[in-house]
Amino acid sequence: MSNPAPDPLAADWPLFEVFIRSRSGLEHKHVGSLHAADARMAIEHARDVYTRRQEGVSLWVVRSADIVASDPGEAEALFEPARDKVYRHPTFYEIPDEVKNL
Amino acid sequence: MSAPAAAPERRDRATAEALFRYVLRLADTSLVLGQRLGEWIGHAPALEQDLGLANLALDLIGQARLLLTYAGEVEGRGRDEDALAYLRDAPEFLNLTLAEQPNGDFAHTIVRQWLIDAWQLEIYEGLGGSADTRLAAIAAKALKETRYHYRFSSGWLVRLGDGTAESQARAQRALDSLWRFTEELFTPDEIDERMTAAGIAPLAAAAAGRWRRRVDEDLRQATLVRPAAQPFPWHGKRGVHTEHLGHMLAEMQHLPRTYPGVGW
Repeated sequence: MSNPAPDPLAADWPLFEVFIRSRSGLEHKHVGSLHAADARMAIEHARDVYTRRQEGVSLWVVRSADIVASDPGEAEALFEPARDKVYRHPTFYEIPDEVKNL
Repeated sequence: MSAPAAAPERRDRATAEALFRYVLRLADTSLVLGQRLGEWIGHAPALEQDLGLANLALDLIGQARLLLTYAGEVEGRGRDEDALAYLRDAPEFLNLTLAEQPNGDFAHTIVRQWLIDAWQLEIYEGLGGSADTRLAAIAAKALKETRYHYRFSSGWLVRLGDGTAESQARAQRALDSLWRFTEELFTPDEIDERMTAAGIAPLAAAAAGRWRRRVDEDLRQATLVRPAAQPFPWHGKRGVHTEHLGHMLAEMQHLPRTYPGVGW
């Protein structure tokens, strides 16, 4: 439009995070974000922005503000303790060839 | 739609000629509307709309390609989709007058889109049972696309109409400006009647009734007022166009006419 208000997106269109299931049986994965006025519009925008090349069979959108994130300041306490516990990795099993998506 | 499927070679000459023009009407309406939507690219209110409108445009141009290719085969004079898209002048285009109207503001584009989406829903659904199996197959593919187009445009119609005072005024203004072109959508002429008689096209009157009910329901939700019926001087599907089509074609056809046979 020729005469847009100053950043109407930020005011009226909150940010949504987009998750796509690439095919049945797989999990939804985060692919990016977009602006939309509400959930219905967010699904349409996600379809138009993120599934143009057959990326998926299912979409989730969630308001970015509704996501609770871990505090980067607590990263050491949260994640360092896992570093020296290699025995938790499933590297001590034989994975059958038929299992594609473990 | 009870007539048996007629093999192409068994079509009589008059039916083939009518079919050529009937398919061109469908093709040109999609092509012209797709080209119009393409004009939004880089100018839409937000990146999300930019891509959304571009997606609609690409669907419509895809429909036009299938339909133009078929029209060229029916005509039997060796014209392919490119010859029909790029080497015809405005009087040879048979699109609905509504499709060639300029984009205007976003509300104007949405109202135009919604009116045509609702029309294409009826036409493609009816053509699904066409005695012409090629047309039925093209319609079946186009119908899936059109269902999304209609979801997009009717959703926006309600948002704008039942939105702010500004958006409602713009949507109503667009409706008032474009409504005069809607009489053409379902007013059959001898080509439509011949196609219906041959079991190829759906009955215009039945489709018009469903279109009208759908449009009225959407307008109710959008809190917009349907303008009064207006006299019908528009004949895009007979090749008589508003001045806007020529300008649009000049841009669309510039490259292939300047460099005949140019490749990509």
